Amino acid sequence: MSDAADMSVLRARGLRKDYGKGEGLVRAVDGVDLDVRAGETVAVTGPSGCGKSTLLHLLGGLDRPSGGEVSLNGRRIDDIGERALARMRRTDVGFVFQAFHLMEELTAVENVELSALLAGRSPRAARRRAEELLEQVGLADRAGFLPSALSGGQRQRVAVARALSNEPSVVLADEPTGNLDSAATLDVLNLFENLHTSGQTLVVVTHDARIAATADRMLSMRDGVLVDETRLTGGTTGRLGALVGLED
Amino acid sequence: MGRILLVGRLAVRDLRRRRVEAVLLLLAIMAATTTLTLGLVLRDVANDPYQSTRAATDGPDVVAGAGLIPGGDRPAELSGLEELAGAPGVVDHSGPYPVTPAELQASGRTSDVQVVGRDAAPAPVDQPEVTQGAWVSDGGVVVESAFAHALDVRVGDPVTLGGRSFEVVGVAVTAAVAPYPETSCLVAVGCASGATPEELSGLPPGLLKNPGLVWLTQADARSLSPDPGSLSYVMNLKLADPAEAQAFAVANARENRGALRLESWVDIREEATESAADAQILLLIGAWLLGLLAVASVSVLVGGRMADQTRRVGLLKAVGGTPSLVAAVLLAEYVLVAVVAAAAGLAVGSLTAPLLAEAGAGLIGRAGTPPMTMSTVVSVTAVALGVAVVATFVPAVRAARSSTVGALAGSARPPRRTGWLIAISARLPVPLLLGLRVAARRPRRVVLSVVSIAVTVSGIYVALILDAFLAADPLAAGVDQAQAEWLRQVLLVVMVIMFSLAAVNAVFITWATVLDNRRSSALARALGATPGEVSAALAAAQVLPALVGAVLGVFPGGFALFHAVNAITGGDGDRATLPPLWQLLGVVSATVLVVAALTAVPARLGGRRPVSETLQAELA
Repeated sequence: MSDAADMSVLRARGLRKDYGKGEGLVRAVDGVDLDVRAGETVAVTGPSGCGKSTLLHLLGGLDRPSGGEVSLNGRRIDDIGERALARMRRTDVGFVFQAFHLMEELTAVENVELSALLAGRSPRAARRRAEELLEQVGLADRAGFLPSALSGGQRQRVAVARALSNEPSVVLADEPTGNLDSAATLDVLNLFENLHTSGQTLVVVTHDARIAATADRMLSMRDGVLVDETRLTGGTTGRLGALVGLED
Repeated sequence: MGRILLVGRLAVRDLRRRRVEAVLLLLAIMAATTTLTLGLVLRDVANDPYQSTRAATDGPDVVAGAGLIPGGDRPAELSGLEELAGAPGVVDHSGPYPVTPAELQASGRTSDVQVVGRDAAPAPVDQPEVTQGAWVSDGGVVVESAFAHALDVRVGDPVTLGGRSFEVVGVAVTAAVAPYPETSCLVAVGCASGATPEELSGLPPGLLKNPGLVWLTQADARSLSPDPGSLSYVMNLKLADPAEAQAFAVANARENRGALRLESWVDIREEATESAADAQILLLIGAWLLGLLAVASVSVLVGGRMADQTRRVGLLKAVGGTPSLVAAVLLAEYVLVAVVAAAAGLAVGSLTAPLLAEAGAGLIGRAGTPPMTMSTVVSVTAVALGVAVVATFVPAVRAARSSTVGALAGSARPPRRTGWLIAISARLPVPLLLGLRVAARRPRRVVLSVVSIAVTVSGIYVALILDAFLAADPLAAGVDQAQAEWLRQVLLVVMVIMFSLAAVNAVFITWATVLDNRRSSALARALGATPGEVSAALAAAQVLPALVGAVLGVFPGGFALFHAVNAITGGDGDRATLPPLWQLLGVVSATVLVVAALTAVPARLGGRRPVSETLQAELA
């Protein structure tokens, strides 16, 4: 096994996901091999329906593969039970979704602390951590607001704070700027830059090449297959906004 | 006209598209309408056997009694009675016949009886119909049929009357007195019917306790009385117009200043159908409780469907439907179901009423199909429409007022926020944390769940009291053993229907909760909650309201319902024993366990839905 593979936080081999049967069979993910190292930011790009989101869900244990292997921190997760998968998601994975998926009836701080409460932290510790994270994402003054009172960019920043609540090994972001305008997109990109700088492992699925350009590596996906890999340098240095053309 | 047609067509098509839900709605409302119909028509149906008996026995229109005042002037009273035979309106009569109290011993049992002396020859008015054996003869006693049944006495059995031996030569029915144990009092010493053993022990000696009725020859009857002057007398009168019987009885009783006791056939019929009246009360109370449960069922179903119909409402509005048209379409669906449920309830209730109103041992003939009166039809239809409108009005108006763009996007109604509950839940284990939050998202549904369980448990509370009362001492309830069994069966039927509807409610509410929480359940799982924790949370969201409902159903629900029943029936609640604490704790625990079992499957299914699919569906 290579050094790179040994250092992988996330590893996939021959990963496959099929939907339907017989003539109606659709192979959404087709034999994907992938290694994501600790502290690395990987972008997966491709057109809509190419299997990016499915791949992300397989990597995070939200969905079961039809074939192949997925390992997180060296532990196979494709063949473990639902309960073990759930525990793994609590501590090792943070998700950021395109549709934010915040609980509408919970305030920003209550949404952020939810992950920590599910992981069994005390209410006091969970609240303290949530407030710290909201401070980090610049929303300390919005902690008591309901999602409906927040802008799209603010909601996504709450979602990012929630993803970081249990200090996961990897954050998986599915089109995190897909529902945002340019200004909000810049906010989120800056947030991801900070995460990257702090050494957080990040896998971002996006169909927007400008966003992908901020990563260490960009993987291109077509019809369920990873067809290209580009190693980038701009993602770790310089100003992201300028790089992707969102600011001067 | 075109608008009405459009509303009708849209309503019918939507019902066809959702047949299972339409059938469930129909059954929920029908449970209430059928029980209400049964309650309303049972008394009419129960009258049939009395009418048959009256026809078969040349039953009297008025029964007149004399010698009922201890120490009264017997010759004057008897003469007053005989004068009645010639009163205006009287076309025929039989008697006066002597009546004396006695003690009867048969099959090792002792009972008080009223002995009526009769001629061996048939009488023109009130000739009891012999159902077994023969009519009276010297040394031979004929026993009233319901009394014979209660005492397990048959033709040929030896009995002792007032210390003398007789043989049972026949069993007969009559329309001149109500069947045992409701028998009218014909003797001067007085009678106590429908008393508990404690109450009986406190009564003065000599008073007849739950007396039965037997017939002897006049000579035998007179021989049982130590003093001929202590005999009472009874005479049966036939009037030209039986409908005037009550007025005749009142007028002549007043004229004789209470020296005579007159009872019309209408009053006797009331006593004869007393157990049917009790059953009617049970059914009517059951019908109202079922009506409340049906409101809960329909509300939950409608709420669930509205969430599902958001896009359809948006479409209707987008193509020009006004808010009133949208509300009319939604209301029309449920009104249509309610009308069908009312018709079905009326039909099923009428057809099954004769089965519930089988003649007791003291009457002959069978109950027929009841006449369908306008008041019954209007009452049942009003309840069905009431259930549908109460349950659908708010959601229909809400849908009509919703934003067209929001509805087209299929946005669900935002959940409610209950801050204090969210704060409390943070301190609880994960299943309770999620469960309380699930419950708090839809407070109206929680209220429906609590009401549904509370209504059912209130019914159980009252049923436990009545069942224990009927089982312990039927005579104290004014019914014999067979009638008590029959009333207990009616009680059981009502309770089974209530249980079924409450069970359906629990499953409906859980499923509506599961569907409503698809996204939040998937999100909780994405954040690390296990399928078991999510399932437990969905179940807890049902079990917690069930616990509250069960406690409220015992107190104040059941307590209040029992006192309401007493107030309505004029019953004496002190004679019944309230359920012991262990029984009430058992009811509460059993309710919670049953709800947990009923919600387990839907909650488990809800906790295991694919996370990825559900979260992706948000983007579709």
